[in-house]
Amino acid sequence: MNLRPISEEELHAFVDQRLDVRRREEVAAYLEAQPAVAKRVAAYGRQRELLKTGYASIADEPIPSQLNLASIVERQKRPALASWWMSAAAAVVMLCAGGVSGWALRGVTQSPQGIAALAQEASASYAVYAPDHVRPVEIKASERDALIDWTTQRLGRRVAIPDLSASGFRLMGGRIVATAHGPAAMFMYDDDHGTRLVMLSRRMTVDQNMPMAPQTSGTLNGYTWSDNGLGFSLVGPATPDRLHPLADEVRKQTSPDI
Amino acid sequence: MNDMVQLIEPIIPALRRYARGLVRDRSAADDLVQDCLERAVGHWHQRRADGNPRSWMFAILHNLAVNRFRGQKRRPVHIEIDEAAEPDVARTANQEQTVEVRDILRCVDQLPEEQRSVLLLIAVEDLSYAQAAEVLGIPLGTVMSRLSRARNRLIELMDGAATEQLSKPFLRRVK
Repeated sequence: MNLRPISEEELHAFVDQRLDVRRREEVAAYLEAQPAVAKRVAAYGRQRELLKTGYASIADEPIPSQLNLASIVERQKRPALASWWMSAAAAVVMLCAGGVSGWALRGVTQSPQGIAALAQEASASYAVYAPDHVRPVEIKASERDALIDWTTQRLGRRVAIPDLSASGFRLMGGRIVATAHGPAAMFMYDDDHGTRLVMLSRRMTVDQNMPMAPQTSGTLNGYTWSDNGLGFSLVGPATPDRLHPLADEVRKQTSPDI
Repeated sequence: MNDMVQLIEPIIPALRRYARGLVRDRSAADDLVQDCLERAVGHWHQRRADGNPRSWMFAILHNLAVNRFRGQKRRPVHIEIDEAAEPDVARTANQEQTVEVRDILRCVDQLPEEQRSVLLLIAVEDLSYAQAAEVLGIPLGTVMSRLSRARNRLIELMDGAATEQLSKPFLRRVK
């Protein structure tokens, strides 16, 4: 019989029972003829059994209450209350236990991270700048090059200014805005009905590559994502049906390689 | 929402087990699982609908563990066999556990993290090779070579542990 040579990978697949029946028999026959290899494979198999036994009891332990899924879900439903309570608790601990142990609790009091934080920052920028009739943007669309220079310099990375004119949105201009995670570039667009959209982009240390996620607060909708360490959030008072293709378009223009 | 609970809840025991294999210390491992659950709940809508929730949860857990190691600027403390304090090693042990089981738990702790995680996912958690690659964010070929190195290294370590048992049976309890 002309046997296909057995590979090292297949020895492992034999141990892990990932081979089809026929190949399993072929490997078994091979092992019968090769005692040294058979000994090694048997040792792999024994390891598997011992590890399973050794770790089995952990999975049988009762689940500690900190891992109660229902309460985790409940906590996330009431983020404002939870974070207020946690901040208060952390403050008490810091007062009692002093700096060092208080510092260890800093993780507990941190605001959202990653694209969740970026989504909030975009909504906040929209809330502050979009209703502004005097000076919604610092640099107008007519000085597009200056806007690119400024944002590139502050972010340390070039952010392309997406062109949404095919969808009826004109660039109004933009500015640098402050976030808890550093400077962000904000670009604002409007259409013939005066609907304004805000796109916010900044560098990401957390969530450097994240798929697009929708967000909603009141009448404001948004889409947030990140590519190669640069995060983007597009928000506006448009329906998700209208906003989603715009966000896709922004993503296409800002990351040409996707 | 119910959907999510029904999909996540059955995975929790396995997540705890994998976390314990990664970070050893029980409360640190459960903190890691708690972080993982919080993220999974918060980002549930972002997961790929056609993806396997088990792989997705393991991937979150693994990334959190790796970030934590990095944050500490070092791997978890390396424990020599002889120095391992009894309660730590016996963390999963009960009276009936054989010497061999205790040995393998000690030995697996001595594997480099990248080999240990592959071995645990495949041999203990029964993930397929492709799922392990997905969880760890590495190519399939790398999974296979790490698995192979882990198993061969473990044979050496187990041989060493067995020899030690034979050669110094009386040195263990001196104190």
